[in-house]
Amino acid sequence: METIIKKTQRTGPVIFSEYTRGKAVRKAIEIGRNDILFELKDSGLKGRGGAGFPTATKWMLSAAANGEKKYIVCNADEGEPGTFKDRVLLLEYPELIFDGMVIAGFTIGAKEGIVYLRGEYEYMLKSLEDYLEEMRKDNLLGKNILGKDGFDFDITIRLGSGAYVCGEETALIESLEGNRGEPRNRPPYPVNTGFMGYPTVVNNVETLAVVPHIVLKGGGWFKQHGTDKSTGSKLFSVSGDCARPGVYELPWGIKISELLFIVRAENTKAVQIGGASGVCIPKSQFDRAFAYEDIATGGSIMIFNESRNMLKVLKNFMEFFVEESCGQCTPCRIGNLKLLEGVNKIESGDFTFGYINTLKELGKTMQVASKCGLGQSSPNPFISILENFKEEIFNSKNRNGGSNGKAR
Amino acid sequence: MLVFEKNALSEDIEEFILKFGAERSALLPILQSVQRKHKYVSDFAQQEIARLMNIHPVEVYSVISFYSFLHSNPQGRNIVRLCQTISCDMAGKIAVADAIKRELGINFGETTKDKRITLEYTNCVGMCDQGPAMIVNERVFTKLDPEKAVKILSEIK
Ligand SMILES: Cc1cc2nc3c(=O)[nH]c(=O)nc-3n(C[C@H](O)[C@H](O)[C@H](O)COP(=O)(O)O)c2cc1C
Ligand code: SF4
Ligand code: FES
Repeated sequence: METIIKKTQRTGPVIFSEYTRGKAVRKAIEIGRNDILFELKDSGLKGRGGAGFPTATKWMLSAAANGEKKYIVCNADEGEPGTFKDRVLLLEYPELIFDGMVIAGFTIGAKEGIVYLRGEYEYMLKSLEDYLEEMRKDNLLGKNILGKDGFDFDITIRLGSGAYVCGEETALIESLEGNRGEPRNRPPYPVNTGFMGYPTVVNNVETLAVVPHIVLKGGGWFKQHGTDKSTGSKLFSVSGDCARPGVYELPWGIKISELLFIVRAENTKAVQIGGASGVCIPKSQFDRAFAYEDIATGGSIMIFNESRNMLKVLKNFMEFFVEESCGQCTPCRIGNLKLLEGVNKIESGDFTFGYINTLKELGKTMQVASKCGLGQSSPNPFISILENFKEEIFNSKNRNGGSNGKAR
Repeated sequence: MLVFEKNALSEDIEEFILKFGAERSALLPILQSVQRKHKYVSDFAQQEIARLMNIHPVEVYSVISFYSFLHSNPQGRNIVRLCQTISCDMAGKIAVADAIKRELGINFGETTKDKRITLEYTNCVGMCDQGPAMIVNERVFTKLDPEKAVKILSEIK
Protein backbone atom coordinates (compact mmCIF):
# COMPACT_ATOMS: atom_id res chain seq x y z
CA MET A 1 0.00 0.00 0.00
CA GLU A 2 1.13 3.55 -0.65
CA THR A 3 1.83 5.59 2.39
CA ILE A 4 1.43 9.28 2.87
CA ILE A 5 4.76 10.90 3.60
CA LYS A 6 5.14 12.67 6.95
CA LYS A 7 7.17 15.82 7.55
CA THR A 8 9.84 13.96 9.48
CA GLN A 9 10.41 11.69 6.49
CA ARG A 10 10.82 14.51 4.00
CA THR A 11 14.33 15.24 2.87
CA GLY A 12 15.70 17.75 0.44
CA PRO A 13 18.71 19.98 -0.12
CA VAL A 14 17.06 23.34 0.65
CA ILE A 15 13.41 23.61 1.63
CA PHE A 16 13.17 20.28 3.41
CA SER A 17 16.44 20.84 5.27
CA GLU A 18 16.34 21.72 8.94
CA TYR A 19 15.03 25.07 10.07
CA THR A 20 13.87 26.63 13.34
CA ARG A 21 11.26 29.35 13.41
CA GLY A 22 12.66 32.86 13.73
CA LYS A 23 16.27 31.94 13.07
CA ALA A 24 16.54 33.62 9.67
CA VAL A 25 14.57 36.66 10.85
CA ARG A 26 17.17 37.19 13.60
CA LYS A 27 19.95 36.85 11.07
CA ALA A 28 18.17 39.21 8.66
CA ILE A 29 18.04 41.93 11.31
CA GLU A 30 21.72 41.38 12.01
CA ILE A 31 22.95 41.64 8.45
CA GLY A 32 20.50 44.30 7.23
CA ARG A 33 18.63 45.03 4.01
CA ASN A 34 21.55 45.41 1.64
CA ASP A 35 23.14 42.13 2.58
CA ILE A 36 19.82 40.31 2.32
CA LEU A 37 19.35 41.67 -1.19
CA PHE A 38 22.94 40.81 -2.02
CA GLU A 39 22.58 37.18 -0.94
CA LEU A 40 19.25 36.91 -2.71
CA LYS A 41 20.73 38.26 -5.92
CA ASP A 42 23.76 36.05 -5.58
CA SER A 43 21.53 33.00 -5.07
CA GLY A 44 19.87 33.50 -8.47
CA LEU A 45 16.51 32.57 -6.95
CA LYS A 46 13.66 32.83 -9.45
CA GLY A 47 9.97 32.88 -8.67
CA ARG A 48 8.56 29.40 -8.10
CA GLY A 49 4.99 30.27 -9.09
CA GLY A 50 5.66 29.48 -12.73
CA ALA A 51 6.79 32.70 -14.39
CA GLY A 52 10.34 32.50 -13.00
CA PHE A 53 10.97 36.21 -12.43
CA PRO A 54 14.17 36.88 -10.42
CA THR A 55 13.11 37.40 -6.81
CA ALA A 56 15.92 39.82 -5.90
CA THR A 57 14.97 42.11 -8.80
CA LYS A 58 11.32 42.11 -7.73
CA TRP A 59 12.28 42.99 -4.15
CA MET A 60 14.72 45.71 -5.24
CA LEU A 61 12.13 47.33 -7.49
CA SER A 62 9.56 47.49 -4.73
CA ALA A 63 12.15 48.59 -2.16
CA ALA A 64 13.01 51.48 -4.48
CA ALA A 65 9.38 52.33 -5.31
CA ASN A 66 7.78 55.32 -3.64
CA GLY A 67 4.77 54.68 -1.44
CA GLU A 68 3.68 55.58 2.07
CA LYS A 69 2.71 51.94 2.49
CA LYS A 70 3.96 48.71 0.94
CA TYR A 71 2.61 45.19 0.95
CA ILE A 72 3.90 41.64 0.82
CA VAL A 73 1.44 39.21 -0.71
CA CYS A 74 1.92 35.48 -0.49
CA ASN A 75 0.26 33.81 -3.44
CA ALA A 76 -1.30 30.65 -1.98
CA ASP A 77 -3.92 30.28 -4.69
CA GLU A 78 -2.32 27.06 -6.00
CA GLY A 79 -4.87 26.32 -8.69
CA GLU A 80 -2.80 24.82 -11.48
CA PRO A 81 -4.05 21.26 -12.03
CA GLY A 82 -1.60 18.76 -10.60
CA THR A 83 0.05 21.19 -8.19
CA PHE A 84 -0.09 20.57 -4.45
CA LYS A 85 3.38 21.47 -3.13
CA ASP A 86 2.11 24.71 -1.58
CA ARG A 87 -0.43 22.63 0.32
CA VAL A 88 2.43 20.66 1.89
CA LEU A 89 4.35 23.84 2.72
CA LEU A 90 1.29 25.51 4.25
CA LEU A 91 0.42 22.47 6.33
CA GLU A 92 3.89 21.39 7.39
CA TYR A 93 6.27 24.34 6.92
CA PRO A 94 4.39 27.53 7.89
CA GLU A 95 7.55 28.72 9.71
CA LEU A 96 9.38 29.00 6.39
CA ILE A 97 6.59 30.83 4.55
CA PHE A 98 5.82 33.29 7.31
CA ASP A 99 9.47 33.97 8.18
CA GLY A 100 10.01 34.54 4.45
CA MET A 101 7.22 37.12 4.47
CA VAL A 102 8.62 38.85 7.56
CA ILE A 103 12.05 39.05 5.93
CA ALA A 104 10.48 40.39 2.73
CA GLY A 105 8.65 43.04 4.77
CA PHE A 106 11.86 44.02 6.55
CA THR A 107 13.77 44.24 3.28
CA ILE A 108 11.37 46.35 1.24
CA GLY A 109 9.91 48.31 4.15
CA ALA A 110 6.40 46.82 4.23
CA LYS A 111 4.44 46.56 7.45
CA GLU A 112 1.61 44.38 6.21
CA GLY A 113 1.58 40.95 4.70
CA ILE A 114 -1.40 39.19 3.17
CA VAL A 115 -1.72 35.51 2.39
CA TYR A 116 -4.21 34.85 -0.42
CA LEU A 117 -5.30 31.31 0.38
CA ARG A 118 -7.43 29.52 -2.19
CA GLY A 119 -10.97 28.79 -1.00
CA GLU A 120 -10.34 25.07 -1.46
CA TYR A 121 -7.76 25.31 1.35
CA GLU A 122 -10.14 26.84 3.88
CA TYR A 123 -9.62 23.75 6.03
CA MET A 124 -6.10 25.03 6.79
CA LEU A 125 -7.25 28.45 7.92
CA LYS A 126 -7.57 27.68 11.61
CA SER A 127 -4.14 26.07 11.98
CA LEU A 128 -2.47 28.89 10.01
CA GLU A 129 -4.15 31.57 12.13
CA ASP A 130 -3.13 29.73 15.29
CA TYR A 131 0.42 29.66 13.99
CA LEU A 132 0.39 33.41 13.36
CA GLU A 133 -0.87 33.91 16.92
CA GLU A 134 2.10 31.92 18.24
CA MET A 135 4.44 34.08 16.20
CA ARG A 136 2.88 37.21 17.72
CA LYS A 137 3.52 35.79 21.19
CA ASP A 138 7.15 35.19 20.26
CA ASN A 139 7.43 38.76 18.92
CA LEU A 140 8.10 37.41 15.43
CA LEU A 141 5.11 39.45 14.31
CA GLY A 142 3.79 42.71 15.67
CA LYS A 143 5.67 45.78 16.79
CA ASN A 144 9.46 46.11 17.13
CA ILE A 145 10.01 42.53 15.99
CA LEU A 146 12.72 40.74 18.02
CA GLY A 147 13.49 44.04 19.70
CA LYS A 148 14.39 45.84 16.48
CA ASP A 149 13.12 49.42 16.81
CA GLY A 150 10.56 50.33 14.18
CA PHE A 151 10.45 46.86 12.62
CA ASP A 152 6.70 46.31 12.60
CA PHE A 153 5.05 43.63 10.51
CA ASP A 154 1.90 41.56 10.70
CA ILE A 155 0.16 39.04 8.48
CA THR A 156 -3.50 38.50 7.65
CA ILE A 157 -5.00 35.66 5.68
CA ARG A 158 -7.62 36.22 2.99
CA LEU A 159 -9.55 33.47 1.27
CA GLY A 160 -10.21 33.02 -2.42
CA SER A 161 -13.56 31.73 -3.65
CA GLY A 162 -12.93 29.20 -6.36
CA ALA A 163 -11.41 31.01 -9.36
CA TYR A 164 -8.21 29.70 -10.94
CA VAL A 165 -7.45 33.01 -12.64
CA CYS A 166 -7.12 34.72 -9.24
CA GLY A 167 -3.68 33.10 -9.00
CA GLU A 168 -2.54 35.58 -11.66
CA GLU A 169 -1.04 38.35 -9.58
CA THR A 170 -3.07 41.30 -10.87
CA ALA A 171 -6.32 39.30 -10.72
CA LEU A 172 -5.35 38.35 -7.17
CA ILE A 173 -4.97 42.02 -6.28
CA GLU A 174 -8.35 42.83 -7.86
CA SER A 175 -9.85 40.07 -5.74
CA LEU A 176 -8.19 41.41 -2.56
CA GLU A 177 -9.64 44.82 -3.38
CA GLY A 178 -13.15 43.35 -3.46
CA ASN A 179 -13.62 43.06 -7.20
CA ARG A 180 -14.14 40.38 -9.81
CA GLY A 181 -10.81 38.62 -10.25
CA GLU A 182 -10.09 39.95 -13.72
CA PRO A 183 -6.42 40.41 -14.68
CA ARG A 184 -5.24 43.96 -15.28
CA ASN A 185 -3.09 45.24 -18.10
CA ARG A 186 0.59 45.23 -17.21
CA PRO A 187 2.42 47.58 -16.86
CA PRO A 188 1.97 49.01 -14.33
CA TYR A 189 3.38 46.13 -12.35
CA PRO A 190 2.43 45.35 -8.75
CA VAL A 191 5.94 46.31 -7.55
CA ASN A 192 4.89 49.92 -8.29
CA THR A 193 1.11 49.86 -8.35
CA GLY A 194 -0.19 46.90 -6.43
CA PHE A 195 -2.71 46.39 -3.64
CA MET A 196 -4.73 49.62 -3.19
CA GLY A 197 -2.26 51.26 -5.56
CA TYR A 198 0.72 50.73 -3.24
CA PRO A 199 3.99 48.97 -4.11
CA THR A 200 3.42 45.26 -3.60
CA VAL A 201 5.58 42.18 -3.80
CA VAL A 202 3.60 39.13 -4.87
CA ASN A 203 5.51 35.91 -4.33
CA ASN A 204 4.60 32.27 -4.53
CA VAL A 205 4.49 30.23 -1.31
CA GLU A 206 7.54 28.21 -2.32
CA THR A 207 9.60 31.27 -3.28
CA LEU A 208 9.01 32.74 0.18
CA ALA A 209 9.80 29.40 1.83
CA VAL A 210 13.24 29.35 0.21
CA VAL A 211 14.18 32.82 1.46
CA PRO A 212 14.94 31.94 5.12
CA HIS A 213 17.39 29.25 4.00
CA ILE A 214 19.19 31.68 1.68
CA VAL A 215 19.40 34.34 4.39
CA LEU A 216 20.84 31.81 6.84
CA LYS A 217 23.23 29.93 4.59
CA GLY A 218 23.93 32.41 1.83
CA GLY A 219 23.42 32.68 -1.91
CA GLY A 220 26.67 30.79 -2.59
CA TRP A 221 25.43 27.76 -0.69
CA PHE A 222 22.12 27.82 -2.54
CA LYS A 223 23.87 27.97 -5.91
CA GLN A 224 25.73 24.76 -5.21
CA HIS A 225 22.48 22.99 -6.03
CA GLY A 226 20.97 22.95 -9.49
CA THR A 227 22.52 24.21 -12.73
CA ASP A 228 24.23 27.47 -13.69
CA LYS A 229 21.06 29.02 -15.02
CA SER A 230 18.64 27.25 -12.69
CA THR A 231 20.02 27.53 -9.21
CA GLY A 232 18.82 25.64 -6.17
CA SER A 233 16.12 23.04 -5.89
CA LYS A 234 12.48 22.81 -6.85
CA LEU A 235 9.44 21.17 -5.34
CA PHE A 236 7.69 18.79 -7.70
CA SER A 237 4.08 17.72 -7.25
CA VAL A 238 3.85 14.29 -8.76
CA SER A 239 0.56 12.55 -9.53
CA GLY A 240 -0.94 10.14 -12.01
CA ASP A 241 0.43 6.74 -12.98
CA CYS A 242 3.22 5.98 -10.51
CA ALA A 243 3.64 4.02 -7.31
CA ARG A 244 4.82 6.96 -5.22
CA PRO A 245 2.90 10.15 -5.90
CA GLY A 246 3.65 13.10 -3.67
CA VAL A 247 5.87 16.14 -3.22
CA TYR A 248 9.60 15.82 -3.94
CA GLU A 249 12.37 18.34 -3.51
CA LEU A 250 14.93 17.81 -6.28
CA PRO A 251 17.74 19.88 -7.71
CA TRP A 252 17.04 21.72 -10.95
CA GLY A 253 18.56 19.96 -13.94
CA ILE A 254 17.24 16.53 -13.07
CA LYS A 255 16.02 14.57 -16.09
CA ILE A 256 12.44 13.46 -16.66
CA SER A 257 13.59 9.83 -16.74
CA GLU A 258 15.35 10.25 -13.39
CA LEU A 259 12.23 11.65 -11.79
CA LEU A 260 10.13 8.84 -13.23
CA PHE A 261 12.52 6.35 -11.66
CA ILE A 262 12.34 8.02 -8.24
CA VAL A 263 8.56 7.98 -8.18
CA ARG A 264 8.41 4.41 -9.55
CA ALA A 265 6.52 5.12 -12.73
CA GLU A 266 6.27 2.24 -15.17
CA ASN A 267 5.20 1.99 -18.82
CA THR A 268 5.09 5.75 -18.98
CA LYS A 269 3.85 7.13 -22.28
CA ALA A 270 3.71 10.84 -21.51
CA VAL A 271 4.38 13.40 -18.83
CA GLN A 272 2.41 16.63 -18.59
CA ILE A 273 4.73 19.25 -17.14
CA GLY A 274 3.47 22.51 -15.70
CA GLY A 275 -0.16 21.54 -15.27
CA ALA A 276 -2.97 22.11 -17.72
CA SER A 277 -1.17 25.18 -19.04
CA GLY A 278 2.09 23.28 -19.47
CA VAL A 279 3.34 20.97 -22.17
CA CYS A 280 2.96 17.26 -22.79
CA ILE A 281 6.25 15.44 -23.31
CA PRO A 282 6.36 12.03 -25.04
CA LYS A 283 8.64 9.14 -24.12
CA SER A 284 11.13 9.99 -26.88
CA GLN A 285 12.06 13.17 -24.96
CA PHE A 286 12.38 11.77 -21.44
CA ASP A 287 16.08 12.65 -21.37
CA ARG A 288 15.19 16.34 -21.26
CA ALA A 289 15.76 18.20 -18.02
CA PHE A 290 13.69 20.27 -15.62
CA ALA A 291 15.43 23.65 -15.78
CA TYR A 292 14.74 27.18 -16.95
CA GLU A 293 17.05 26.48 -19.90
CA ASP A 294 15.12 23.37 -20.93
CA ILE A 295 11.67 22.69 -19.50
CA ALA A 296 10.80 25.39 -16.97
CA THR A 297 7.97 24.51 -14.64
CA GLY A 298 6.06 25.43 -11.50
CA GLY A 299 6.45 21.77 -10.62
CA SER A 300 3.23 20.05 -11.63
CA ILE A 301 4.07 16.60 -13.00
CA MET A 302 1.26 14.37 -14.21
CA ILE A 303 2.22 10.94 -15.42
CA PHE A 304 0.33 8.94 -18.04
CA ASN A 305 1.03 5.29 -18.76
CA GLU A 306 0.43 3.33 -21.95
CA SER A 307 -3.21 2.66 -21.11
CA ARG A 308 -4.22 6.31 -21.16
CA ASN A 309 -6.09 8.01 -23.95
CA MET A 310 -4.30 11.29 -24.66
CA LEU A 311 -7.27 12.85 -26.43
CA LYS A 312 -9.32 12.39 -23.27
CA VAL A 313 -6.51 14.01 -21.28
CA LEU A 314 -6.53 16.96 -23.67
CA LYS A 315 -10.31 17.23 -23.44
CA ASN A 316 -10.10 17.41 -19.64
CA PHE A 317 -7.60 20.29 -19.89
CA MET A 318 -9.62 22.22 -22.47
CA GLU A 319 -12.78 21.88 -20.40
CA PHE A 320 -10.80 23.33 -17.51
CA PHE A 321 -9.81 26.41 -19.51
CA VAL A 322 -13.28 27.00 -20.90
CA GLU A 323 -14.57 27.02 -17.32
CA GLU A 324 -11.79 29.12 -15.85
CA SER A 325 -11.34 31.80 -18.53
CA CYS A 326 -12.47 35.06 -16.97
CA GLY A 327 -14.04 36.04 -20.27
CA GLN A 328 -12.50 39.48 -20.32
CA CYS A 329 -10.73 39.18 -23.67
CA THR A 330 -11.93 37.56 -26.87
CA PRO A 331 -8.95 35.38 -27.91
CA CYS A 332 -9.21 33.45 -24.65
CA ARG A 333 -12.99 33.46 -24.18
CA ILE A 334 -13.82 32.32 -27.70
CA GLY A 335 -10.52 30.61 -28.51
CA ASN A 336 -10.75 28.03 -25.73
CA LEU A 337 -14.31 27.18 -26.75
CA LYS A 338 -13.16 26.64 -30.33
CA LEU A 339 -10.27 24.42 -29.24
CA LEU A 340 -12.58 22.33 -27.06
CA GLU A 341 -15.03 22.04 -29.94
CA GLY A 342 -12.12 20.82 -32.05
CA VAL A 343 -11.25 18.14 -29.50
CA ASN A 344 -14.88 16.98 -29.47
CA LYS A 345 -14.90 16.79 -33.24
CA ILE A 346 -11.72 14.73 -33.30
CA GLU A 347 -13.30 12.48 -30.71
CA SER A 348 -16.32 11.85 -32.88
CA GLY A 349 -14.20 11.53 -36.02
CA ASP A 350 -15.82 14.58 -37.58
CA PHE A 351 -12.79 16.60 -38.72
CA THR A 352 -10.44 17.43 -41.57
CA PHE A 353 -6.72 18.05 -41.21
CA GLY A 354 -7.24 21.50 -42.68
CA TYR A 355 -9.54 22.28 -39.78
CA ILE A 356 -7.04 20.96 -37.22
CA ASN A 357 -4.31 23.16 -38.71
CA THR A 358 -6.59 26.18 -38.54
CA LEU A 359 -7.16 25.43 -34.85
CA LYS A 360 -3.41 25.17 -34.24
CA GLU A 361 -3.02 28.57 -35.89
CA LEU A 362 -5.79 29.89 -33.65
CA GLY A 363 -3.87 28.53 -30.68
CA LYS A 364 -0.77 30.42 -31.76
CA THR A 365 -2.81 33.62 -32.09
CA MET A 366 -4.18 33.10 -28.56
CA GLN A 367 -0.62 32.76 -27.26
CA VAL A 368 0.22 36.27 -28.44
CA ALA A 369 -3.13 38.05 -28.35
CA SER A 370 -4.53 37.04 -24.94
CA LYS A 371 -4.38 39.53 -22.10
CA CYS A 372 -2.98 37.27 -19.39
CA GLY A 373 -1.07 34.04 -18.91
CA LEU A 374 -4.22 31.93 -18.85
CA GLY A 375 -5.13 32.53 -22.48
CA GLN A 376 -1.49 32.77 -23.49
CA SER A 377 -0.76 29.26 -22.24
CA SER A 378 -4.06 27.40 -22.59
CA PRO A 379 -3.23 26.41 -26.22
CA ASN A 380 -0.02 24.68 -24.99
CA PRO A 381 -1.56 21.26 -24.27
CA PHE A 382 -3.68 21.46 -27.44
CA ILE A 383 -0.65 22.08 -29.60
CA SER A 384 1.73 19.70 -27.82
CA ILE A 385 -0.66 16.78 -27.40
CA LEU A 386 -1.91 16.87 -31.00
CA GLU A 387 1.66 17.17 -32.25
CA ASN A 388 3.33 14.59 -30.00
CA PHE A 389 0.56 11.99 -30.05
CA LYS A 390 -0.76 12.36 -33.58
CA GLU A 391 -0.25 8.68 -34.33
CA GLU A 392 -2.45 7.64 -31.44
CA ILE A 393 -5.04 10.33 -31.98
CA PHE A 394 -5.43 10.38 -35.76
CA ASN A 395 -4.57 6.82 -36.72
CA SER A 396 -7.66 4.89 -35.75
CA LYS A 397 -5.78 1.57 -35.49
CA ASN A 398 -3.84 3.00 -32.61
CA ARG A 399 -6.83 4.29 -30.70
CA ASN A 400 -6.93 2.65 -27.33
CA GLY A 401 -9.79 0.23 -27.42
CA GLY A 402 -11.45 2.46 -29.95
CA SER A 403 -12.52 4.70 -27.09
CA ASN A 404 -11.68 7.81 -29.06
CA GLY A 405 -14.84 7.26 -31.03
CA LYS A 406 -15.62 6.34 -34.61
CA ALA A 407 -12.76 5.30 -36.80
CA ARG A 408 -12.47 7.13 -40.08
CA MET B 1 -38.49 35.43 3.36
CA LEU B 2 -40.16 35.95 6.73
CA VAL B 3 -39.67 39.21 8.59
CA PHE B 4 -37.71 37.66 11.46
CA GLU B 5 -35.45 35.85 9.00
CA LYS B 6 -34.75 39.15 7.29
CA ASN B 7 -33.95 40.75 10.61
CA ALA B 8 -31.60 37.93 11.56
CA LEU B 9 -29.83 38.19 8.21
CA SER B 10 -29.50 41.96 8.56
CA GLU B 11 -27.99 41.48 11.99
CA ASP B 12 -25.50 38.96 10.60
CA ILE B 13 -24.48 41.35 7.86
CA GLU B 14 -24.05 44.22 10.29
CA GLU B 15 -21.88 42.00 12.44
CA PHE B 16 -19.71 40.98 9.47
CA ILE B 17 -19.28 44.61 8.45
CA LEU B 18 -18.30 45.49 11.99
CA LYS B 19 -15.71 42.71 11.85
CA PHE B 20 -14.25 43.30 8.36
CA GLY B 21 -15.03 46.98 7.80
CA ALA B 22 -17.15 48.75 5.20
CA GLU B 23 -14.39 49.44 2.67
CA ARG B 24 -14.63 47.82 -0.72
CA SER B 25 -11.70 45.50 0.06
CA ALA B 26 -13.86 43.90 2.77
CA LEU B 27 -16.50 42.82 0.26
CA LEU B 28 -15.20 39.32 -0.36
CA PRO B 29 -14.74 38.34 3.30
CA ILE B 30 -18.27 39.64 3.97
CA LEU B 31 -19.78 37.70 1.08
CA GLN B 32 -17.85 34.60 2.11
CA SER B 33 -19.18 34.90 5.66
CA VAL B 34 -22.79 35.20 4.48
CA GLN B 35 -22.22 32.30 2.08
CA ARG B 36 -20.73 30.13 4.83
CA LYS B 37 -23.61 30.73 7.22
CA HIS B 38 -26.59 30.85 4.84
CA LYS B 39 -25.22 28.81 1.92
CA TYR B 40 -26.09 31.61 -0.51
CA VAL B 41 -26.25 35.39 -0.74
CA SER B 42 -29.90 36.25 -1.33
CA ASP B 43 -31.21 39.31 -3.20
CA PHE B 44 -32.10 40.81 0.13
CA ALA B 45 -28.61 40.15 1.52
CA GLN B 46 -27.07 41.71 -1.58
CA GLN B 47 -29.17 44.84 -1.12
CA GLU B 48 -28.31 45.09 2.56
CA ILE B 49 -24.59 44.69 1.88
CA ALA B 50 -24.75 47.28 -0.91
CA ARG B 51 -26.64 49.72 1.31
CA LEU B 52 -24.27 49.38 4.26
CA MET B 53 -21.16 49.55 2.09
CA ASN B 54 -22.52 52.36 0.00
CA ILE B 55 -22.11 50.62 -3.36
CA HIS B 56 -24.63 49.62 -6.03
CA PRO B 57 -26.34 46.22 -5.59
CA VAL B 58 -25.32 45.35 -9.15
CA GLU B 59 -21.68 45.63 -8.05
CA VAL B 60 -22.32 43.09 -5.31
CA TYR B 61 -24.09 40.76 -7.71
CA SER B 62 -21.33 41.06 -10.30
CA VAL B 63 -18.73 39.99 -7.76
CA ILE B 64 -20.83 37.04 -6.57
CA SER B 65 -21.37 35.85 -10.12
CA PHE B 66 -17.62 35.80 -10.79
CA TYR B 67 -16.64 33.34 -8.04
CA SER B 68 -17.70 29.73 -8.28
CA PHE B 69 -17.91 29.32 -4.48
CA LEU B 70 -20.37 32.21 -4.07
CA HIS B 71 -24.02 31.64 -4.93
CA SER B 72 -26.93 33.99 -5.44
CA ASN B 73 -29.61 31.30 -5.29
CA PRO B 74 -30.45 28.82 -2.52
CA GLN B 75 -28.21 25.76 -2.12
CA GLY B 76 -28.48 22.66 -0.01
CA ARG B 77 -27.35 22.67 3.62
CA ASN B 78 -24.14 20.97 2.52
CA ILE B 79 -22.21 21.63 -0.65
CA VAL B 80 -20.31 18.66 -2.02
CA ARG B 81 -17.67 19.29 -4.66
CA LEU B 82 -16.03 16.38 -6.43
CA CYS B 83 -12.76 17.09 -8.24
CA GLN B 84 -13.17 16.53 -11.98
CA THR B 85 -9.57 17.19 -13.05
CA ILE B 86 -7.35 14.63 -14.74
CA SER B 87 -5.38 13.08 -11.85
CA CYS B 88 -8.57 12.38 -9.92
CA ASP B 89 -10.18 11.22 -13.14
CA MET B 90 -7.40 8.65 -13.63
CA ALA B 91 -7.74 7.57 -10.01
CA GLY B 92 -11.37 6.59 -10.44
CA LYS B 93 -13.50 9.73 -10.36
CA ILE B 94 -16.19 8.39 -12.66
CA ALA B 95 -17.03 5.39 -10.51
CA VAL B 96 -17.26 7.67 -7.47
CA ALA B 97 -19.42 10.19 -9.34
CA ASP B 98 -21.79 7.49 -10.56
CA ALA B 99 -22.17 6.01 -7.09
CA ILE B 100 -22.93 9.42 -5.56
CA LYS B 101 -25.48 10.23 -8.26
CA ARG B 102 -27.25 6.89 -7.77
CA GLU B 103 -27.29 7.17 -4.03
CA LEU B 104 -28.55 10.77 -3.87
CA GLY B 105 -30.81 10.44 -6.89
CA ILE B 106 -29.55 13.70 -8.40
CA ASN B 107 -27.14 14.87 -11.04
CA PHE B 108 -24.20 17.20 -10.65
CA GLY B 109 -25.45 20.78 -10.41
CA GLU B 110 -28.56 19.69 -8.50
CA THR B 111 -29.79 19.72 -4.91
CA THR B 112 -31.55 16.85 -3.13
CA LYS B 113 -35.27 17.36 -2.48
CA ASP B 114 -34.74 17.48 1.29
CA LYS B 115 -32.18 20.28 0.70
CA ARG B 116 -29.53 18.22 2.45
CA ILE B 117 -26.92 18.21 -0.31
CA THR B 118 -25.99 20.26 -3.36
CA LEU B 119 -23.72 18.27 -5.66
CA GLU B 120 -21.14 19.99 -7.86
CA TYR B 121 -18.03 19.30 -9.81
CA THR B 122 -14.99 21.45 -9.11
CA ASN B 123 -11.52 21.74 -10.61
CA CYS B 124 -8.29 20.43 -9.05
CA VAL B 125 -8.40 20.89 -5.28
CA GLY B 126 -4.70 20.24 -4.68
CA MET B 127 -5.05 16.61 -3.54
CA CYS B 128 -3.94 15.01 -6.80
CA ASP B 129 -1.55 12.62 -5.03
CA GLN B 130 -4.49 11.22 -3.06
CA GLY B 131 -7.36 11.22 -5.53
CA PRO B 132 -10.19 10.92 -6.11
CA ALA B 133 -10.84 13.88 -3.84
CA MET B 134 -13.90 15.87 -2.80
CA ILE B 135 -14.65 18.82 -0.58
CA VAL B 136 -17.69 18.74 1.66
CA ASN B 137 -18.36 22.32 2.82
CA GLU B 138 -14.75 23.05 3.74
CA ARG B 139 -13.55 19.57 4.69
CA VAL B 140 -11.48 17.54 2.28
CA PHE B 141 -11.84 13.81 1.71
CA THR B 142 -9.31 11.85 -0.30
CA LYS B 143 -8.62 8.40 -1.72
CA LEU B 144 -12.31 7.94 -2.33
CA ASP B 145 -13.91 4.87 -3.73
CA PRO B 146 -17.63 4.52 -4.42
CA GLU B 147 -18.39 2.93 -1.06
CA LYS B 148 -16.32 5.35 0.99
CA ALA B 149 -17.77 8.41 -0.77
CA VAL B 150 -21.35 7.28 -0.27
CA LYS B 151 -20.69 6.52 3.39
CA ILE B 152 -19.23 9.99 3.99
CA LEU B 153 -22.25 11.61 2.39
CA SER B 154 -24.69 9.47 4.35
CA GLU B 155 -23.18 10.75 7.57
CA ILE B 156 -23.66 14.46 6.97
CA LYS B 157 -26.83 16.07 8.30
C1 LIG C 1 -3.76 31.98 -14.85
C2 LIG C 1 -2.62 32.11 -13.89
C3 LIG C 1 -2.67 31.47 -12.66
C4 LIG C 1 -1.63 31.61 -11.76
N1 LIG C 1 -1.72 30.94 -10.57
C5 LIG C 1 -0.72 31.08 -9.67
C6 LIG C 1 -0.80 30.43 -8.42
O1 LIG C 1 -1.77 29.74 -8.12
N2 LIG C 1 0.23 30.60 -7.54
C7 LIG C 1 1.31 31.37 -7.85
O2 LIG C 1 2.19 31.51 -7.02
N3 LIG C 1 1.42 31.99 -9.03
C8 LIG C 1 0.43 31.87 -9.94
N4 LIG C 1 0.54 32.54 -11.13
C9 LIG C 1 1.72 33.40 -11.37
C10 LIG C 1 1.53 34.76 -10.73
O3 LIG C 1 0.91 35.63 -11.65
C11 LIG C 1 2.85 35.41 -10.30
O4 LIG C 1 3.73 35.36 -11.38
C12 LIG C 1 3.51 34.74 -9.12
O5 LIG C 1 2.64 34.69 -8.03
C13 LIG C 1 4.76 35.51 -8.74
O6 LIG C 1 5.42 34.88 -7.68
P1 LIG C 1 6.89 34.27 -7.85
O7 LIG C 1 7.71 35.30 -8.57
O8 LIG C 1 7.34 34.02 -6.48
O9 LIG C 1 6.73 33.04 -8.67
C14 LIG C 1 -0.50 32.40 -12.07
C15 LIG C 1 -0.43 33.03 -13.31
C16 LIG C 1 -1.47 32.89 -14.21
C17 LIG C 1 -1.37 33.59 -15.52
S1 SF4 D 1 -6.54 35.66 -21.20
FE1 SF4 D 1 -8.44 34.70 -20.47
S2 SF4 D 1 -8.27 34.74 -18.25
FE2 SF4 D 1 -6.74 36.19 -19.05
S3 SF4 D 1 -7.78 38.16 -19.10
FE3 SF4 D 1 -8.16 37.23 -21.12
S4 SF4 D 1 -10.11 36.14 -20.85
FE4 SF4 D 1 -9.36 36.60 -18.80
S1 FES E 1 -6.72 16.49 -9.93
FE1 FES E 1 -8.16 16.20 -8.34
S2 FES E 1 -7.16 17.18 -6.70
FE2 FES E 1 -5.84 17.68 -8.36
